[in-house]
Amino acid sequence: MPYIPHDGLETAAMLAAVGVDSLDQLFDEIPPNLQVQDMALPEGLSEMALRRELEGRALSNAPLRCFAGGGAYAHHIPAIVWEIAGRGEFYSAYTPYQPEASQGTLQVVYEYQSFITRLTGLEVSNASLYDGASGLAEACLMALRIQGGQGDDKSILVPENLLPGWRRVLDSILGLQQIRLVTVPYDRVAGTLVLPAEAGDAAALIIPQSNALGLLESVDVLTDWAHGHGLLAIAVVNPLALALLKAPGDWGTQGADMAVGEGQPLGIPLTGGGPYFGFLACRKAYVRQLPGRLVAKTVDGQGRAGFCLTLQAREQHIRRGKATSNICTNQGLMVTAATIHMATLGGHGLQRTAVLCHERAVRLRELLTVVPGVRLPYGGPFFHEFVLRLPHAAVAVRDALLGHGLLAGLPLSDWGMGEAGDLLVCATELLDEADLLAYRDALTSVLETL
Amino acid sequence: MSDSIFDHDHHFPAVELPSDIPAELLRKAPLNLPNPAELEVLRHYTRLSQKNFSIDTQFYPLGSCTMKYNPRIAHTMASLSGFARLHPDTPAPAMQGLLQVLWELQEWLAAVTGMAAVSLTPAAGAQGELAGVAMIRAYHAARGDHERRKMLIPAAAHGTNPASAQMAGFAVVEIPNLVDGDLDMAFLDQHLGPDVAGIMLTNPSTLGVFERRIADIAARVHGAGGLLYYDGANLNAILGRVQPGQMGFDVMHLNLHKTFATPHGGGGPGAGAVAVQERLRPFLPLPMVTRSEEGALRWLDEGDLPQSIGRLSAHGGNVGVLLRAHAYLRRLGRVGVGRVSAYAALNANYLLKELQRVGYQAAFPERRASHEFILTVSDLQKATGIRALDVAKRLLDFGIHAPTIYFPQLVPECLLIEPTETESKATLDRFVAVMAQIRQEALAQPELLREAPHHLPVGRLDEALAARHLDVAAAQ
Repeated sequence: MPYIPHDGLETAAMLAAVGVDSLDQLFDEIPPNLQVQDMALPEGLSEMALRRELEGRALSNAPLRCFAGGGAYAHHIPAIVWEIAGRGEFYSAYTPYQPEASQGTLQVVYEYQSFITRLTGLEVSNASLYDGASGLAEACLMALRIQGGQGDDKSILVPENLLPGWRRVLDSILGLQQIRLVTVPYDRVAGTLVLPAEAGDAAALIIPQSNALGLLESVDVLTDWAHGHGLLAIAVVNPLALALLKAPGDWGTQGADMAVGEGQPLGIPLTGGGPYFGFLACRKAYVRQLPGRLVAKTVDGQGRAGFCLTLQAREQHIRRGKATSNICTNQGLMVTAATIHMATLGGHGLQRTAVLCHERAVRLRELLTVVPGVRLPYGGPFFHEFVLRLPHAAVAVRDALLGHGLLAGLPLSDWGMGEAGDLLVCATELLDEADLLAYRDALTSVLETL
Repeated sequence: MSDSIFDHDHHFPAVELPSDIPAELLRKAPLNLPNPAELEVLRHYTRLSQKNFSIDTQFYPLGSCTMKYNPRIAHTMASLSGFARLHPDTPAPAMQGLLQVLWELQEWLAAVTGMAAVSLTPAAGAQGELAGVAMIRAYHAARGDHERRKMLIPAAAHGTNPASAQMAGFAVVEIPNLVDGDLDMAFLDQHLGPDVAGIMLTNPSTLGVFERRIADIAARVHGAGGLLYYDGANLNAILGRVQPGQMGFDVMHLNLHKTFATPHGGGGPGAGAVAVQERLRPFLPLPMVTRSEEGALRWLDEGDLPQSIGRLSAHGGNVGVLLRAHAYLRRLGRVGVGRVSAYAALNANYLLKELQRVGYQAAFPERRASHEFILTVSDLQKATGIRALDVAKRLLDFGIHAPTIYFPQLVPECLLIEPTETESKATLDRFVAVMAQIRQEALAQPELLREAPHHLPVGRLDEALAARHLDVAAAQ
């Protein structure tokens, strides 16, 4: 019996101890008419057969050189990261509600929180949320609690060049509480945000760095504008880019109030979209409005240093309907992997990786923009993603390049943005010069034949 | 040996930042993270791992959490590079292998739950709950029924239930449970009406007993125009034996990290797939996977499901967790699934009888246990002042994880115990022997319990100091 250790003698002895004749009798309080006879499930497989079947499925996914980003990025993950994160003591541990039996996980989270505060330049980080997009929804709810908006006068200023997948999550989650999302347009020539005409009744301005077009925003000006109008500034950032770019805590005169982002670039495999993790950092003054778990350092009765969950009265298992969020399970193992990833690369390695990503992207842009017919719609500074304007529909070009073993990027038309020929392209440290040249040659050949 | 990663820091020259990015957009100072050597990292985190309890090293009789064995084959399969390297925006024709797995899991979970359709996208149980109650809201709204603002929730429910209902814009009304663990029907009747959107239940309930009048409850709620939400946290108790769909539930979530053996990972990631009856299908969260008659698989989007409650994460949810759940279900098959609840119930009822034999009091002694049960140590508290917390902490000294304590809150000094089907009789017998010894210690040397644990890296921590002093990040 897969994963059930009982032999016949043990089962019989246990049934006798309980005082029943059969396993079925253990369900005698359940009305018989509710008990099912059969259900449409396949026969079980041996581990060997299961492996054969799933390896076949995995192989049927085309192996592609990845030039796509848009919120999920292909990076090198050192072998040590999942070697350790996959250890049973991390992998199969429970949530650290019993701190004496969870010092490993708790210290990892404390180190994670420390790393995130240093990346973001803010004072407090929680222990993770589901992903960047749902994390941003939580940051908006947090901003509304801090600002104390009531009834119908609740809104958030959302940039039009926020990743559209994130915007849809805000629509779903914030829409349930009648929170209005007011769109801040971007300049069609520059691709970056235009300062809003007015703040209205908004609680916060979301500031993406980079934006969905891969462009860097004037974060100092935007942050100061938000504060000048009594709004909180919520930074949406790529954690790897923060090794290179100004930390949100340093934006503008006072710094952003919160920073949120997708943690996937820190050692998490792409795996078709998840599991990743969302990080959320804020100023210490707002810690009581923070959703999710938080780990603190303290001492035991003998004065030994140790770690425990703290400020749990914010959370659903204590405060129930009045909690700061309904979140319970978060993305613990992803945080463990990200912490090991950040420690393995170190501050220096993270900066080197970020610089390499930028250099690869600059080189790729240079190579691709000399391909006949290819234009560059936006000229502003960028980190590792940029938009190409192709002479044919980007969807058709992307599909044709699959045949060359390339995932060439993301057609902006899939998001309802830009023009039909716009393709968002990303380069990371994984790609070498030969990969970049192969892309150029494949694109040249595809554009000649389309 | 150093305890902190910050003590391992080797010096490197500053990294030169790109000159083509304006200086005002660049980091002001080098990133102040430590630079340990790889072997230092390896040792540090290996040592930290050894300070954890885990299923792979300890027994976890942790009620409502279903800490069963997480088969390693599921981890190996989810880590195959053909899955791990897939960018979420890969066009569907280039990711048919992954879509096939997800489509099968949707079908199998629908079969297991007796529901019409499944969306796998919620990232955890609480997000599944939010999706579920949002669908209830969308269903009433689509019918022009805008007055249904109340959600009924038993007092013993998981804290996420009222928190999720609140997040979806509902007002929460708590329903009491009776002394035998069943729901208070008179209270229910009194509160059902045109302002009630639905009721959130789990069955068996968090009291570890089956709600026997579930069909009657469903009829009354439906009669009043409300819908029934099933919290799948306790699905392990009835897996392959009773379907929530057949009990009359309209919408539910499943905790794949409980019932379907994906790991808890020290607090996640989970997966909280939602399943619905036909009438709620149009409102399911996106994306979902669909298969054409020719067998081609693709994602469903807003064009396919215009009434969907929308998206809950930027991509498809916790796909890697879904891969693991798929591997587990495929390994078990129809027969294996039925054995899960049978042996979970056998282990729970055996443990309950044995613990009563050594002197512990059951909260509901006249009832059959489901996959879990509640003990109360109120008698110990009266006799010696020993509390459930002390028993739980003392268990840690014996290499056994504490049960869930003080939940559900309506049973005083309670321990909620769920052994799961993957534990052997020998493990259960050792647990009983340890619990018997702890009971003797409580009566003879209560200070031994009050000061427990004695044999772990730290003793009881000063949580008040932690909150007051609030050291949540290493000082720079």
